[in-house]
Amino acid sequence: MSEGRIAGAVRTHCPYCALQCGTELRAAPGGSVTVEPADFPVNRGGLCQKGWTAPEVLSVRDRLRTPLVRGADGALAPAGWDEALDLVARRLREIRRESGPDAVAVFGGGGLTNEKAYLLGKFARLALGTSRIDYNGRFCMSSAAAASNAAFGVDRGLPFPVTDLGEADVVLLAGANPAETMPPLMRHLDRPALIVADPRRTPTAARAKLHLRTAPGTDLALALGLLHTAVLEGLVDEAYVAERTRGFDEARRHALAWSPERTERVTGVPAAALREAVGLLAGADRAYILTGRGAEQHSKGTDTVAAFVNLALALGLPGREGGGYGCLTGQGNGQGGRELGQKSDQLPGYRSISDPAARARIAEVWGVPESRLPGPGPSAYELLDSLGRPGGPRALFLAGSNPVVSAPRAGHVTERLASLDLLVVADFVPSETARMADVVLPVAQWAEEEGTLTNLEGRVLRRRALLAPPPGVRTDLEVLQGLAVRLGEPRDHYPTDPRAVFDEIRRATAGARADYSGVSYARLDAGEALYWPCPAGPAASDGDGRPHPGTPRMFLDRFAHPDGRARFAAVAFREPAEPVSEAYPLVATTGRVLAHYQSGAQTRRVAALGAAEPEAFVEVHPDTARRFGLVEGGLARIGSARGSTVARVRFAEGLRTDTVFLPFHFAGDQRANLLTNPALDPVSRMPEFKVSAVRIAPEPEAAP
Amino acid sequence: MTAPIVVVGNGMAAHRLVERLAAFGHAGPVTVLGAEPRPAYRRPLLPWVLAGALPGEALDLPAAPPGTTVRTGVAVTGVDRVAKTVTCADGSTVPYGTLVLATGARHALGGTVRPAHGRVAVVGGGVLGVETAALLRRRGHEVLLAHAGPYPMHHALDEDAGGLLAAHLTGLGVELRCGTRVAAGGTLGADTVVRCTGGAPETALARAAGLPVRRGVVVDGFLRTDDPDVYAVGSCVDGTDGLLASAAAQAEYLAARLTGRAEGPYTAPPTLLRPRLPGLDVAVLGAPAGDGPDEVVTFADPAGGRHARLELAGGRLRYAVLVGLPEAIAAAGQLYDRGLPVPADRLALLLGSSPAAEDDPEAWPEAHVVCHCNNVTKADLAHAWQTGARTPDALATATRATTGCGGCGDRLRALCGVLERRGADTEPASLRLETVR
Repeated sequence: MSEGRIAGAVRTHCPYCALQCGTELRAAPGGSVTVEPADFPVNRGGLCQKGWTAPEVLSVRDRLRTPLVRGADGALAPAGWDEALDLVARRLREIRRESGPDAVAVFGGGGLTNEKAYLLGKFARLALGTSRIDYNGRFCMSSAAAASNAAFGVDRGLPFPVTDLGEADVVLLAGANPAETMPPLMRHLDRPALIVADPRRTPTAARAKLHLRTAPGTDLALALGLLHTAVLEGLVDEAYVAERTRGFDEARRHALAWSPERTERVTGVPAAALREAVGLLAGADRAYILTGRGAEQHSKGTDTVAAFVNLALALGLPGREGGGYGCLTGQGNGQGGRELGQKSDQLPGYRSISDPAARARIAEVWGVPESRLPGPGPSAYELLDSLGRPGGPRALFLAGSNPVVSAPRAGHVTERLASLDLLVVADFVPSETARMADVVLPVAQWAEEEGTLTNLEGRVLRRRALLAPPPGVRTDLEVLQGLAVRLGEPRDHYPTDPRAVFDEIRRATAGARADYSGVSYARLDAGEALYWPCPAGPAASDGDGRPHPGTPRMFLDRFAHPDGRARFAAVAFREPAEPVSEAYPLVATTGRVLAHYQSGAQTRRVAALGAAEPEAFVEVHPDTARRFGLVEGGLARIGSARGSTVARVRFAEGLRTDTVFLPFHFAGDQRANLLTNPALDPVSRMPEFKVSAVRIAPEPEAAP
Repeated sequence: MTAPIVVVGNGMAAHRLVERLAAFGHAGPVTVLGAEPRPAYRRPLLPWVLAGALPGEALDLPAAPPGTTVRTGVAVTGVDRVAKTVTCADGSTVPYGTLVLATGARHALGGTVRPAHGRVAVVGGGVLGVETAALLRRRGHEVLLAHAGPYPMHHALDEDAGGLLAAHLTGLGVELRCGTRVAAGGTLGADTVVRCTGGAPETALARAAGLPVRRGVVVDGFLRTDDPDVYAVGSCVDGTDGLLASAAAQAEYLAARLTGRAEGPYTAPPTLLRPRLPGLDVAVLGAPAGDGPDEVVTFADPAGGRHARLELAGGRLRYAVLVGLPEAIAAAGQLYDRGLPVPADRLALLLGSSPAAEDDPEAWPEAHVVCHCNNVTKADLAHAWQTGARTPDALATATRATTGCGGCGDRLRALCGVLERRGADTEPASLRLETVR
């Protein structure tokens, strides 16, 4: 039931993935909300089942509608807002006084709007004075971001509009399964010949011209083998390499270790298929190379992405119309979330928190001395791992994330969360993490709030409210202001009006790599398609005084390094962190299903989605099932060195016999992340979600 | 201070060794002494330099890790195992704590290769000779391949496989002369002669140092000579197969051993012979088992250029010869390297199984998901049809099928046709659907 209608219909965007499909929401008679796909270039009138059913999340039965405070009896009980916020502020102050500002930590999310992500980062640095802030995007985009920054001087998921893909001849998807994770994207991938690198025969792979079925953890070897092949077959764009790049010789040196035949031995991809893939890419007029989590969520994720970028550069793809490298961002605001200041090493605008000039600029915008800004803090897993330990944070404020389900080595992370003196969770449903909290703060969700998100193409989008939040529910911005003021901060430094926050974002990002200063609500509401960088003031090139039009396609003239050239990376192959063994003879890889989003906290509450995928499953090859005594439809227990999980067996003929697959959206003892390995990438600090050594055995059905 | 590790030879085994030593955290000094004036390079890619496809310097390996001293153009002339020093041709001596011989083999194809010109005679039809001949031919050279055996790679391939390889080379336009021992290149009427006849292990230094030598330097299970401070790796080792993978594995093991990470003896990696031949995939895995296989799978398709012989024991690959089956080679290589059982369906391994896509809407079960994006089944669509949605567009509106990725449009239209025909039947379709369930 909608409780406070404020408009009859609004144009907005789907609450889930980074595609941010355009939708039109309507308040129907009787109080329900209906959704229709809007005419928007990214989704071209399409919506997946998650999008069609998204309005249900607004009125789920266990929607949080009042703050909850854990009482002396250990149970969460309803409380008033003042009581809850006073309690949180008092405990935060006490803990800070006893153990210092870094004893208080913040964990954010890639689903938060730009305004929330920005204000959360400011709240952590100023109101709490802590360096301990990171977010779940670390588990999502960080490897691709690190590689892109190194190669191009800046990281924007797709440095070109999605619609460009529709005109491509060939698209290589490395570790991406958009047919399930962002289905409407496939509307742009009908025309190009697809080359899909994936250990599984996913619905995306099934539509490919060429499926490169890699062994889990070997995409880096695949990319090196493809570059090797391009070099030996004389398919390198020598003129482009000479004019627009640096570092080719070193990258080539490493790639030359990877003949197609050696690559085949490590990856399982036929040498002939490697040659065919390179031939397709090099022979196309318009070709793109895209990576997804499958290539990125490894302890060598940054190098893996760098190797695919190397291939793209060698073929002369990036920085021209009709070609390029891009990363398919995952979370709704994965892009904006990572550049507006909730990452431990960054300040708004993709500025480095270690850069004195960036610190001075942000301190000026925030009206504080530079010395008040903390330095860089630990990454997401390291932060979670340190909770409640000696010297680690004793309190955590968490918004927009559910690490009990989504963090690697989830059993251990759950223990760490349980060891905190104070866990505060802002959410709109009682997620698994919220259930553990000492204080739960009920907040508004997508159709109840204004704001902006930045989609996978770097286009800033307006989220619009159809409804007022239910009584008893506040917006995240209101929560942050309420706490900040109680912690002694000036009220006007924490606006609750998203537009006011966005205006501050404009000032804070002016001149930065991710420059939003020319974007405004007014321009967005007028229907302009604005991609950052979009500096304030008129476009430099035309003198007619019109505002800067934004940058749909980046790098056409130059890359963002001072010399304008892209950088090849000298990368060598590394094995996965955890080899299989006699005790753990199989490789488990994790991923997503169409019906659910992230930790499933939202989608598991939607009837149709719950019916489509009600419980965890494990895909196994029938031969593997025979080997380990599993039957289709029966339960299996899958165990790693870190824990075990239970899932229903599903046969998959297209899977490798040494690999099992588990979706990670499910809770309790069905959590796939009970298995996953927190071995971190040395640069991006991305955990190795995609490769865990496991064993598998039949599990008796639980008594009803 | 730790006594230095001194590596004699600067080939790929030596390069791998010092790279792994650094990766494993070896802290002491490491010195590499290479006789050749150029830095370590990728010998297996020499044919591409010969063919003019790569500049010679592209073969240079990445620089050795920091802390490693690499001296090129320094030939080692002697080892004093009592004083624990090596003597170099320039008169200098270098002390060692541990000495590693990585002197390689005396290859005919050396590091100063220049692009070939004119008609090229390749002498020796082993893996390297076959690769070189095919590559030069593909690059437009007139090529003669002279081989002493009855067919190329005759040591490794059975006659049927060898015949397919010979036919492939001939088909490329390589002039193949088998059963030919070549004394001097001049008799071949070639402008360039390339010898790919393999090389004997370089053992002179070991011999002079009084270490046991047979064809190569004799080592124990830990790659140690009979002097506990002297090891050997790579092509100079007695009994090694000369494959790069083996040299790399030895280097990896020795680095682990010297850094205290490997306790047990060295185990050779599974052997895989896999010539780089675009257009014809050839692989030999393992070796015939002494105790014999308990299952043999063969497949022959001479007209299609395909051949396979698999020898299994305990459901696992022991030995395989595969030609013209690129996907089977990739799959078999993975199963073999990882010691995994072969699929129950042996033929599926050889020919690849394509999961049967049933694209006849009549044959779909009622629970068949037509639109994955919106989880719409055949039964859902049949129900919508019954309740009045009689066109693809109407079905889409009623069920949301096709509104996600749009990939199921054709299938929806086909099903719509089926439902139309069903609707013309006298019996109500819904009733039949009920009974199907």
